Amino acid sequence: MKCQHCEKPATFHITELTGPGGPQVLHLCEDHARQYLSQDPAQPGTSALAGMLANQLKVDKTAEQIASTDQKTCPVCGITFAEFRNVGRLGCPYDYVHFAGELEPLLINIHGATEHHGKKPSKLLGSPDRQHRLLQLRRAMKEAVEKELYERATEIRDEIRKLEQMETGE
Amino acid sequence: MKFDELAGKCGEWLKGTGPESDIVISSRIRLARNLSEFPFVRRCTEGDKRSILRTVRQAVEAIEEWTNVEFVDVEPLSDLDRHFLVERQLISRELREVEGPRGVAIDTSERFSVMVNEEDHLRIQVIRSGLDLQSAWNDAAEIDNFLERKLTFAYLEKLGYLTACPTNVGTGLRVSVMLHLPALVITRQIDKVFRSLQKMNVAVRGLFGEGSQFTGDFYQVSNQITLGRSEEALLQQVEYVVPQLIEYERKARSFLMNNSSHDLHDDVSRAFGILQTAKKISSEETMLYLSKVRMGVNLGLIRDLEIATVNKLLIHTQPAHLQKLRGKTLNTTDRNIERAGYLQKHLVQKQ
Repeated sequence: MKCQHCEKPATFHITELTGPGGPQVLHLCEDHARQYLSQDPAQPGTSALAGMLANQLKVDKTAEQIASTDQKTCPVCGITFAEFRNVGRLGCPYDYVHFAGELEPLLINIHGATEHHGKKPSKLLGSPDRQHRLLQLRRAMKEAVEKELYERATEIRDEIRKLEQMETGE
Repeated sequence: MKFDELAGKCGEWLKGTGPESDIVISSRIRLARNLSEFPFVRRCTEGDKRSILRTVRQAVEAIEEWTNVEFVDVEPLSDLDRHFLVERQLISRELREVEGPRGVAIDTSERFSVMVNEEDHLRIQVIRSGLDLQSAWNDAAEIDNFLERKLTFAYLEKLGYLTACPTNVGTGLRVSVMLHLPALVITRQIDKVFRSLQKMNVAVRGLFGEGSQFTGDFYQVSNQITLGRSEEALLQQVEYVVPQLIEYERKARSFLMNNSSHDLHDDVSRAFGILQTAKKISSEETMLYLSKVRMGVNLGLIRDLEIATVNKLLIHTQPAHLQKLRGKTLNTTDRNIERAGYLQKHLVQKQ
């Protein structure tokens, strides 16, 4: 198959799900694919790099695979992978755990590496579970306030305070 | 913090005293950090941001070693004051433009600042005059350690420090060196030089015009990646490239001195003449001529003018500084008149 824009062989097959006219399939050579993927009008400026690279994740995936990845949601902050792809920014620290598999190829693209070498915090972190619990509680409190469930919000706030005190008590 | 007082003074990093300061304006280290128990800033509620601001402020104020650090609440500041802090390079454009609770801790000698609620919860920034990355890094690491005694940063053993954007994850480190490269621009070698840099893991952008046309021959070189290499190794990537750029620029300068010294001397003298005599002048034009004058001073074509004065003028002739110095808001035309007067006061007296 030839590229839609030139005579070179099409090596990239991209399925665009967000277009106004429904799913659209593109067959492009490497140069045109790079050009296409790097011109994302939804994200000018600094997030462009992350957005572009996130878009590369679509390459060589079926529509179903992309859709299921896009719908994957962080249980802590509630961000979907599609939202991350659109803004190029993650929602909370736990995203690095929850989307670890999806982020790995992205990290290789950006950094050529997947493991940190360098400075470490001098003190050990509190248990990851408790940190994620705190994040979850903050989100629950926000939702409770939005739904005007003030009694529930107060309970959650007390629980957050208890956890915070445990942390400082260490 | 009294910005009006600050406006008349000059940050430590502009003194033009550090190594290679004829070509290197400043060395900068930036560290991105996030508090472990909050969502990243973009997903924070107003209440979350307020909690983060309060938490960091308390931590900063509890650091005994920091006797000369002031915490500034950025949200209630006037637009002019926020512009002023950007021109001063104490806060980023992003921190000026975003909304909601945010702040900055400023070392009063302007050697470092810590922004709160920018893209990440904390952005630690250290600036030094000239090429002095190692000492800037040592200070940044110490600031990080001080803050860490009071705060818990989001960190994973495998991925390092966690950041809102995956392009900063790991060390969260951006090492930048600001260079003045007028001779490479004149001799049209700059593009060639930057193309060769692309293969060396460093990025280049204009200094006083992010995202727009480069103005005044000032460029910033920084590391591209943050994960998989130690801070020392990332420092070395930039430290390896910068001396080569300095060397190219020096060669280009001596080429111009040897082969077209009259043209060069004429160009520099005209620039100096315009700055000394113009009755109204824009910010862009000022930058363009100050750049030429700066090179002229370094090459001995202009005497009795200090590099520190030129560095100071580069910052003080920017719009918010002029208005702070004048003590009132000015429209573009009035600013251009004010700027011309300010330049004359500093350049004509020196003769």
